[in-house]
Amino acid sequence: MKKSISVLLSLSLAGLLALTGCSGDTGSNTAQNNNGGQTATNGGSTDSSSSGPKILRVNNSSEPGSLHPAKAQGTHESWPLRHLFVGLTEVVEGNKIEPAMAEKWDISPDGKTYTFHLRDGIKWSNGDPVTAADFEFAWKYALNPNTASDYAYQLYYIEGAEAYNTSKEKDPAKLKALEDKVGVKALDDKTLQVKLTNPTAYFLELAGFYTYFPVNKKVQEQNPNWANDASTFVSNGPFKLTEWKHKEGLKMVKNENYFDKDKIKIDEIDWAMIEDENTAWQMYRSGDLDLAYPLPTDVIGQLKSSNSPELHIDPEYATYFYRFNTTKKPFNNVKVRKALAMAIDRQAIVDNVTQAGQKPAYGLVALGSVDENGNEFHQTDYFKEDVAQAKQLLAEGLKEEGLTSMPKFKILYNTLDAHKKIAEAIQSMWRDNLGIECELENAEFQVKIDREHKLDYDISRAGWIGDFMDPMTFMDMFTSLSTQNDTGWKNKEYDALVEKAKQSNDQKVRMQAMRDAEKLFMDEMPVMPIYFYTKPYAVKPYVKGVYALATEYPTLKYADIQK
Amino acid sequence: MLRFTLKRLGWALLTLWMVITLTFVLMHSIPGNPFAKEGKMPPGVFENLMRYYHLDEPLYVQYGLYLKSLLQFDFGPSIKSSTLTVNDYIREGFPVSLHLGLQALIIGVTLGIIFGVFAALYHNRYPDYLSMVLAIIGLSVPNFILATVFINYVAVEWGLLPPAQWGTWKHTILPSLALAAMPMAFTARLMRSSMLEVLSQDYVKTAKAKGIAKSMVILKHTIRNAILPIVTVLGVIATNLVTGSFVIEHIFGIPGMGEMFVKGIFNRDYPVILGSTVFYSAVLIFLTFVIDVLYTWIDPRIKVTGGE
Repeated sequence: MKKSISVLLSLSLAGLLALTGCSGDTGSNTAQNNNGGQTATNGGSTDSSSSGPKILRVNNSSEPGSLHPAKAQGTHESWPLRHLFVGLTEVVEGNKIEPAMAEKWDISPDGKTYTFHLRDGIKWSNGDPVTAADFEFAWKYALNPNTASDYAYQLYYIEGAEAYNTSKEKDPAKLKALEDKVGVKALDDKTLQVKLTNPTAYFLELAGFYTYFPVNKKVQEQNPNWANDASTFVSNGPFKLTEWKHKEGLKMVKNENYFDKDKIKIDEIDWAMIEDENTAWQMYRSGDLDLAYPLPTDVIGQLKSSNSPELHIDPEYATYFYRFNTTKKPFNNVKVRKALAMAIDRQAIVDNVTQAGQKPAYGLVALGSVDENGNEFHQTDYFKEDVAQAKQLLAEGLKEEGLTSMPKFKILYNTLDAHKKIAEAIQSMWRDNLGIECELENAEFQVKIDREHKLDYDISRAGWIGDFMDPMTFMDMFTSLSTQNDTGWKNKEYDALVEKAKQSNDQKVRMQAMRDAEKLFMDEMPVMPIYFYTKPYAVKPYVKGVYALATEYPTLKYADIQK
Repeated sequence: MLRFTLKRLGWALLTLWMVITLTFVLMHSIPGNPFAKEGKMPPGVFENLMRYYHLDEPLYVQYGLYLKSLLQFDFGPSIKSSTLTVNDYIREGFPVSLHLGLQALIIGVTLGIIFGVFAALYHNRYPDYLSMVLAIIGLSVPNFILATVFINYVAVEWGLLPPAQWGTWKHTILPSLALAAMPMAFTARLMRSSMLEVLSQDYVKTAKAKGIAKSMVILKHTIRNAILPIVTVLGVIATNLVTGSFVIEHIFGIPGMGEMFVKGIFNRDYPVILGSTVFYSAVLIFLTFVIDVLYTWIDPRIKVTGGE
């Protein structure tokens, strides 16, 4: 018997040897094909001497759908884009708005006309001068209905923009006439005039948003596909694209033509495209990445409990909430909605389930925006957790609806473990505190969205990250006409307050209108806020100067590597 | 042989057409659309996007347009990417998946056959138990668990191999092993039972009685006959492996085409769903044909033209 085992072992060993030899052969072919790309990654840990180029390695999680500012769809595009381009203005640490391509600007007394004066000597990465015409061209290109830009609506603040973008005009001449009516005009090479429909208090912040980035007109007209390949890519920001291996990685090096290049300390950013958060975290551990975001939930918990100095928890301008279907009994009754909102323990959820230092939410607008006096906008909690009162409200509400007990209902969430855990916690809190039963129902993301639009649900999970740091990004979600409302809740008074805030140029009036709107909204409780998000990410100790804005992924442009 | 090939080609085209039609109907009947998101989507922007991708046309027009472009081997654009077409996805992703899949196939099937043969030869003794325990582990431990264990220990804790990404042969080892476990276990079990059956056949006894060397009996008379069932399932195993594994490619961050299928459906990226289904079916049909030809070579009793 012993003999047989040794025969087996030796044979399988021989087999393994043959196999490793074989994979070595095929491997050398790939090494030749892919020469260049990956060797740097492997060498990353060895060139730790401070003399080499400073390369920051991060994970973009996914292949960007496009690196053309007009065609970007989300964070996988905007994160790299924000390092390749820069707009008229730039939002920096502490949410301060700084001049970027524009040196200064004038705002008309009615707040509707902005005149931007561009800096002298600003250049594209190919050496062409950046002109006001490049901005006008880029914005009009994004608004052209034939471009089919996802984010074109970010430009709707501009006069005539929405009419042009939503036009179904097929006649090129008539479409051109609409384009000419869009309120953006290069008065000369250095001056850009923008006319807005309403005075928009946060327009200077928007002017730094990626849909407002310029595009090199000359390059776009010569080669419409310039943004598809690193060799033809032209940008005006701190870095320029040098390599784009699809679904593998991006490389960008410091742009010597950038106007503020002295502030840029790193030579290169390498972006991996690892979809799996756990794998990305392992790469961070093994030293193949210098920054990990987003992090898996259990990793955040571990880092937090061990007080790791590598863990950064920055604020996020975002709210996690549950929608009520207010067209369905008994959720049409405000007392029932309030009872449910008051009967959960939010602190317990953020401490034990989400674990990343989130803040319990008793309002719609997340923490982080400022009011007319420069103070935090969120000053009041609009309701309190109170089980006794919740029980009473539930009983009253059910009676008003002619019900003797709470009918069975479901919490709908898109399939993801984190959402499931939160739903389970809330399910058991309602059971313990109100004695009611609900079921959990997970659906694929697309199906959930579809059912929300059709109001085919009882309670549904949602989250919203603000587009810009103004309460309006939360408020205008729930107007009667908003396609994002999905609760069936419509309120004329609320619509009027939001409209008032949009029309006004007076910060005091705006902020008061939005405070009133939020109070009204929370009194009606068409959604139940749960917590305000945070942004936890891990950075190696030798990387300095990384910070995160509350609406964006971490900013890497001012980073430095000090090994 | 030529007649057989032509006939098979005809059936293949018919099958492909049915796959396209069924997929087309099914994917348009599930809820959702390629532009759905949690954020704002003003109706005007939505309409622009629908028009841009011809999704505002009636379904039969879209179907006709798709078949027309397919005849020119054009799988269309990917809705989620304005830089890559579905053809790009396949052109760039398939070689990667093929490389990984072939490596896993060779490792898995070779080891599986070796283990299976030994298990059968040492029936109900330790090598048999050992092989079968390995096989049960291989079948019951999902490959994503193996993958995470490999990454955690081999790559991160011991630092022997890169944890993820693609590029050098070192990057291919861990994903190949993780991917090979399942076919290895499957082949080992199949080979064992098939070997046991053949070993009890009269001709094996005759060969032994004639005094032919044991190794010759096993190699020429037993394995050659016992391997037929393996060849049968090889087509399916190979198709699954070479068209990419979503899970393994996802975990190791490999730029193959395994994720096309899953992400295509998740995003309702219609051209990607259709493109990957058509491609997958074509590979499956082709490999099944190759297997049928292989049969006749291994077992001359089977004739491809036999049915006529």
